[in-house]
Amino acid sequence: MSTDTDDAPFAESEETPFTDIDLGWEHRKNRIFLGIIFAASMFGVVMLALLLLDVVTDFYRGQTEFGISLIDFFTRDGSRRQELAGFRGAIVASVMLMIFTAILAFFVGVGSAIYLEEYAPDNRVTRLIEANLANLAGVPSIVYGLLALAAFVNGIGLGPILLAGAIALALLVMPIIIVSTQEALRAVPDSMRNGSYATGATKWQTIRGVVLPAAMPGIMTGTILALARAIGETAPLIMVGALFTNRIAWGPFDRFSAMPTQIYNWAAEPEPHFIHLAATGIAVLLAFLFAMNGIAIYLRNKYERDL
Amino acid sequence: MSTETDPGPGITGGTARDDIESNRRARRILFGCASITVLTTLAIFFVLFDNAASYFFGARFTEMLMGASVEQTVTFTEFFTGTRWAPSHATPSHGALPIIFGTLAITVGAAFVSIPIGTATAIYLSEYASPAVRSKLKPTLEILAGIPTIVYGYFAIAFINPVILGPIAGALFGINLGRYSLLSGMLVVGIMTIPMVSSISEDAMSAVPDDLRNGAYALGATKYNVSTRIVLPASISGVFASYILAVSRAIGETMAVTLAAGFNANITANPFDEVMTMTAYMVSRARGTSAVGTVDYQSLFAVGLLLFLMTLAMNLLNDWFKRRFQEEYR
Amino acid sequence: MSTEQNNEPIIKTGVQNVAIGARDRPDETVLEATNLDVYYGDERAIDDVSIEIPETKVTAMIGPSGCGKSTFLRSINRMNDQIDAARIDGDLYFQGKNVYDEDVDPVALRRKIGMVFQKPNPFPKSIHDNVAYGLRVQGKDDDVNLDEAVERALRAAALWDEVKDKLDSSGLDLSGGQQQRLCIARAIAPDPEVLLMDEPASALDPIATSKIEDLIADLAEEYTVVIVTHNMQQAARISDKTAVFLTGGELVEFDDTTTIFENPDDNRVEDYITGKFG
Ligand SMILES: Nc1ncnc2c1ncn2[C@@H]1O[C@H](COP(=O)(O)OP(=O)(O)OP(=O)(O)O)[C@@H](O)[C@H]1O
Ligand SMILES: [Mg+2]
Repeated sequence: MSTDTDDAPFAESEETPFTDIDLGWEHRKNRIFLGIIFAASMFGVVMLALLLLDVVTDFYRGQTEFGISLIDFFTRDGSRRQELAGFRGAIVASVMLMIFTAILAFFVGVGSAIYLEEYAPDNRVTRLIEANLANLAGVPSIVYGLLALAAFVNGIGLGPILLAGAIALALLVMPIIIVSTQEALRAVPDSMRNGSYATGATKWQTIRGVVLPAAMPGIMTGTILALARAIGETAPLIMVGALFTNRIAWGPFDRFSAMPTQIYNWAAEPEPHFIHLAATGIAVLLAFLFAMNGIAIYLRNKYERDL
Repeated sequence: MSTETDPGPGITGGTARDDIESNRRARRILFGCASITVLTTLAIFFVLFDNAASYFFGARFTEMLMGASVEQTVTFTEFFTGTRWAPSHATPSHGALPIIFGTLAITVGAAFVSIPIGTATAIYLSEYASPAVRSKLKPTLEILAGIPTIVYGYFAIAFINPVILGPIAGALFGINLGRYSLLSGMLVVGIMTIPMVSSISEDAMSAVPDDLRNGAYALGATKYNVSTRIVLPASISGVFASYILAVSRAIGETMAVTLAAGFNANITANPFDEVMTMTAYMVSRARGTSAVGTVDYQSLFAVGLLLFLMTLAMNLLNDWFKRRFQEEYR
Repeated sequence: MSTEQNNEPIIKTGVQNVAIGARDRPDETVLEATNLDVYYGDERAIDDVSIEIPETKVTAMIGPSGCGKSTFLRSINRMNDQIDAARIDGDLYFQGKNVYDEDVDPVALRRKIGMVFQKPNPFPKSIHDNVAYGLRVQGKDDDVNLDEAVERALRAAALWDEVKDKLDSSGLDLSGGQQQRLCIARAIAPDPEVLLMDEPASALDPIATSKIEDLIADLAEEYTVVIVTHNMQQAARISDKTAVFLTGGELVEFDDTTTIFENPDDNRVEDYITGKFG
């Protein structure tokens, strides 16, 4: 309705029949409350703006005052000497980490979700798996780092290599992929499944031929968002030992330092030049993030239109 | 299908037998996938307890089984009550209280930021905001939630601490603020957990049926009355769940607190002091392979185990809470 | 609240004593709509309705599903304000004042006009707090003894005996019929002047329904009741006046209930009442 309850004028209505009830204070309370919660809502927005502004200005000052050349930045690897330090090795490592994380987490994650949504009987084992999933999602990321450190880096002797980092990240994002896949599977209407069963298909044929294709855009969206979460994760990589190399990783069995660990290295240095290198790195990291989120949103919109 | 060519017994298998068999196989493989999540949890428990044992008892459980001698190197009393944390110092000291304090202080401080602001934001989004405002504010807060913690750490060390807190500490208290401060950690973790509180609380509030709101409006309630006396009480279990999640997240938060609050394990009442959280300690001692067998390495797992148990307790509390206080109107 | 109102009891019960002869008074119009249109977006739900609703009488609104009865009811206490798409044309007077005037505060209006919804919607609070809610938000909890006011309202809603021992248990633990009577108690506790009821008995079994019908008859001794119902017999039993709406939001006939049911003017009304229609 055009006249909203709380915007309706009331102040000058002393003589009207309904205002033998004095509501001035009631409405003032409402206004004050609205003022407070609106200000609180804006706090988050202002902080986001400040954060982005801070990164952008430091990025800019890095270019102008500290002579950080973007060409050098993208073509050099990490270095202890500020004027030689670049981001190439970190970018390469992060991209490889994403690829291996995706390979490790996607199939197992989607498989788990299919089991839980399509096959799992409603029994104690299933409930245990579901409850455990919820708890895994609440485990701090640094603990996944410890797991990879003890089990893979030192336990089976992989060493602090990129693959160990990818395993930590894969275990970390697995619950996210499973939950988003479950949602995508649940969104596939039962009429589709029934149509397939009615032609004599088995469950597995139905899933492969009908359910998965229908759910795939949703699954992809969830997976990309999960990887976007993984690309910014720092603590597990530090635990795995990613801080201690400046060399570029050429494969999954090389030592590595990824974008977020490189940024941490720079941000923890006291010299202002390093702080601005960190800002430049963050700008690149955020660009990756926004691109991944953009793809996910594009997929989601396209998917929603199709349904 | 078999029924057409092979009437009678066809419906019990026939040419479908292979398909049925591959369905069984698929089911087994998929179950295997799902068990990996359970294995992960078991592995976390095992790895943490096993390695923490070497910190407290001088040998891992696995080594004890192979006959390694057991001697208590660190007592639980010292660990939980000692006030000096320097496990690898020349004169070592194993009192974890300072880093436990760091973690709890930042968690409590962050809750003072995220809970009021997140709740207010949720009420605004769910009850007051026009659809146009809502459709902009919600994604903006989602961005806040999607920013990596390392970036928040940078924000703390490059902006909050030097630009906001530094001048305040100098002008009002005459304190020369260092690179790190407890207050900076509280603020930055508070900011990053606002979206958790606001989005989960808002979901809970939006789930309150309009019937209830209309019932109150029809009695001549203002929006303020409806928000505070109907919607908030009706959604309170979801709202509390969001608080628990935010607290749990703050406990396990690593990069932001490391870059914000620093590495000085000390118990202090001064918010401008540098402190060290449990996670910051772990970051400071991470050495990859080279440190295996040292006290440093073992202490990582002792602290990690404590951290894991703290967040696990929060998660279980959350589960219990959700079951105990199911929203009545559902 | 004005001082003159303060002199009156907040809840007027003991209905029989107070309002003797109320029904013999000449009709005095308390609600009046003139050329009222209500739209949802471009769709018209109420079409040029003019009606005068008398004080302390029961006025029933009947008509086929979707003909706009609820919409009309909601436009009286401006609950349509809660619906973004709703838009209104024409005038609606309460005690001679147009409720859509700029200076009218819907919050104040709703403190004079109570409402009971089709589906019982008790708050997830105790029975006591449900009934006290209106008194609390209207700031009347200081003027009256809350416990007494709650008891009076529950007695008036014929629920007291069933709940007097469990006032602190949740309103949601009651049966559907009890919940609806709780909602009625909640609506009358702050002592409104008009009570709007949108199919209050549609979710109830016959026994609960008849309890509510008795209750409405009692309430009409001192409240103006406007009730929407799908149940023809119910309208005939409990109302003094009946308004018949037909599809498209048109008010086709409004008269004494006996006239409507025994000798309607409009053929369509006769068809509808005898079940040939809608
Ligand atoms: N919130 C709304 N938004 C848009 N259109 C609405 C809304 N509520 C009702 N309408 C439309 O207005 C018309 C009248 O609806 P209303 O609910 O007033 O009918 P009713 O007579 O109460 O029906 P019933 O007897 O089924 O309750 C219907 O065509 C309906 O589709
Ligand atoms: Mg209706």
